[in-house]
Amino acid sequence: MARKLPKVDVVVVGVGWAGGIIASELTKKGLKVVGLERGKERKTEDYFMVHDELRYALRYDLMQDLSKETISFRGNERIRALPMRQYGSFLIGDGLGGAGVHWNGQTFRFLPYDFEIRSKTMERYGKSKIPAEMALQDWGITYDELEPYYDKFEKTCGISGEENPLGGKRSDKYPTPPMKKSPAIKMFEEATKNMKLHPYMMPSANLSQSYTNPDGVARAACQYCAYCERFGCEYGAKADPVVTVIPVAKKTGKFEIRTHSNVRRILHKGGKATGVIYTDTTTGEDIEQPADIVVLTSYVFNNIRLLLMSDIGKPYDPGSGRGVIGKNYAYQVIKGNAIGYFNDKQFNTYAGAGALGMVIDDYNGDNFDHKDVDFIHGGMVSLSQTGLRPIQNNPVPQGTAAWGKEFKETSLKYANRYLSVAAQGSSMPFKHHYLDLDPTYKDAFGDPLIRITFDFEKQDRNLAVFLANKCADILKEMGADHIDSLKELGPYDITTYQSTHNTGGVIMGADPATSAVNNYLQMWDMDNLFVVGASAFAHNSGYNPTGTVGAFAYRAAEGILKYRDKGGQVV
Amino acid sequence: MTEENKEMPQDISRRKFLRNTGYTVGGLAVGGILGSLIPWRKDDKTNNPPPPHEENFNQALMYFTPEQFKIAEAVTERIFPKDDNGPGAKELGVAFFIDHQLAGDWGFNARDYMQPPFYRGEKVQGYQGRLKRRDIFDIGLREIDNHSMQTFKKTFIELSGEEQDKILQDFEGDKVNVTTISPSGFFQMLRSATLEGVYSDPLYGGNRNMDGWKMRNYPGSQMAYADVIEKDFTKIKPQSLQSHMNH
Repeated sequence: MARKLPKVDVVVVGVGWAGGIIASELTKKGLKVVGLERGKERKTEDYFMVHDELRYALRYDLMQDLSKETISFRGNERIRALPMRQYGSFLIGDGLGGAGVHWNGQTFRFLPYDFEIRSKTMERYGKSKIPAEMALQDWGITYDELEPYYDKFEKTCGISGEENPLGGKRSDKYPTPPMKKSPAIKMFEEATKNMKLHPYMMPSANLSQSYTNPDGVARAACQYCAYCERFGCEYGAKADPVVTVIPVAKKTGKFEIRTHSNVRRILHKGGKATGVIYTDTTTGEDIEQPADIVVLTSYVFNNIRLLLMSDIGKPYDPGSGRGVIGKNYAYQVIKGNAIGYFNDKQFNTYAGAGALGMVIDDYNGDNFDHKDVDFIHGGMVSLSQTGLRPIQNNPVPQGTAAWGKEFKETSLKYANRYLSVAAQGSSMPFKHHYLDLDPTYKDAFGDPLIRITFDFEKQDRNLAVFLANKCADILKEMGADHIDSLKELGPYDITTYQSTHNTGGVIMGADPATSAVNNYLQMWDMDNLFVVGASAFAHNSGYNPTGTVGAFAYRAAEGILKYRDKGGQVV
Repeated sequence: MTEENKEMPQDISRRKFLRNTGYTVGGLAVGGILGSLIPWRKDDKTNNPPPPHEENFNQALMYFTPEQFKIAEAVTERIFPKDDNGPGAKELGVAFFIDHQLAGDWGFNARDYMQPPFYRGEKVQGYQGRLKRRDIFDIGLREIDNHSMQTFKKTFIELSGEEQDKILQDFEGDKVNVTTISPSGFFQMLRSATLEGVYSDPLYGGNRNMDGWKMRNYPGSQMAYADVIEKDFTKIKPQSLQSHMNH
């Protein structure tokens, strides 16, 4: 029998960006919030020894311990799903701040096209442009409706940037100017301008200058130390929940964080959530935390897993296409890249920042005519200088030996003489891509793992090669002596790192029959349960997801306050 | 263009660093661990790498038998050989690095999901075996010797460099008749562990004297590149994590 604690106003499951934003906004209004975080406490001082590629990038020091919990995966329903025993394709966050601690800080807004993708695609190309198997739908919100929340998140972070000439309309400029331009970035800028494309500096949560945000939190400028992705920031310069929203919530005296607290079930009665049961992983004790409002803020996988394990919402059935929990799992088409080798130029690519880069959106969204291509949407194309650390960055031109004398000589020669131009392709939903509970494999508590059924489709294969060719064209204009680019995408492979932009499963929409949450992230089936994260994305755009997750979290906080005042569905 | 940068943070005063980098907001220094990272004054005695012949207490075995160690040393040297650019895996201490890694979490797959049932899967589903990395190394190194004996009637370390490469190519191309482990999977593990040993911080036992980094002009662990990010290629004297301990 679980020990029952006194009831609080709100319990938040997972204390990363979404959980931290919800906590700060609600505690400011006087609500008592408890944040349950399965991992450990984290703080800036932890990163004294952070410039350690082996420990953080190769041994995944900040990531979820897979021995206790992982996911299972299969390419389609005909084969047996097997557990992801080691890290590869994506890295799952853990601990206070979640993956918000070890992100790169690339903070984009999705395009207006994204939120009305089905309507706009049909309007321009006709219904036949959307393949029958593609589960494309509008998000039940428009860019203009979401804009104020993007603005709010950008101001909390202090995003450094300049206006995207092909993006949605902005109510205000970025709070800080763009990052410094390296010589490689200037080459990309010049080349893309020559090609009549529209380059702009990547919106960055690594601060270009010191900044005090509207909550009064002051942070210092980025030092371009090149250890962002997979690492925590030893300066607090990279916006993360631990140095922005969490201290604001704590300062109110209304926010209690409990680390090492792994939520196992959402409790509910008569169609209302009544609280959660969690295990204190330091003692093994099961504890019940009653609350008036429950908010799931575990990005994607555990949002869905907790709903399914707690029998909330209708599970998605790929056979009939009915049900919503687990529906529209999508990812990112990240392999459409090109590498350019320069024989006579060396670059300071050992230096960099997670969101230092330049971007073009000419091939993203519906910014170009898709009449003659066999795919929809697209992806951003960028040159990012995140810092080339030596264990993981040893590319050699195609045809070079992979080890031995030739490999050593060639990899050393090009160590500071290559640049990548990379695309971040969008990922469309398909009826047979979804998440459910694995029938065989369990976590350390004996609860089922979440199971991914996903593979790349023709849409993805065409898109990847299209984007890789665009990347190669840019490198050619930049003067690379030798260029290697993707020729064929191949099947989705969980063993090679691609992106941690997993999305969908509890998607947002205007219709309870085809979506799980309304546009305030409130469950259609349970008024006092809000599910916040990239789980709400009906598809994934050709950008990093965090900007949109942050905007959704601010929108959800507003929805929770509305619900608290009036009850019922807030839309 | 290459220039020696003489003004990196290790050489500049705390006050100048704070001023140059804008590390103050409203007169207050901000930024978590700066206080402990920036030296108050330069100390010439810090940050110097130990002379190459100093006794290195790290070079002893935690896991390998001496025989396994010798094979590992010979294999990694073929993967990353000594040449005109500088030392190979052997001199860099890569076999010690692998030995030390096998003795800890990595060797035990402590943070990997190792629960049954075990089924053979599709390649895209990744490793599905029940063996831990240390078991795979025990088997793999033995099979390297077995394959050498079958092919050349000599143990691996007795072979010429070209003969050793032939044996490793057979593993890489799954041309060895071994059923308990995947020969190519083992070879890829050897290759990636070699690169880790060449380029990880010297605190782990490889990359001796930071020579792995020096060969590619990698500066190791520096506090800041704000001064060089806009410049053409700038060579910076490398430093390891140990340099932070002096502050």
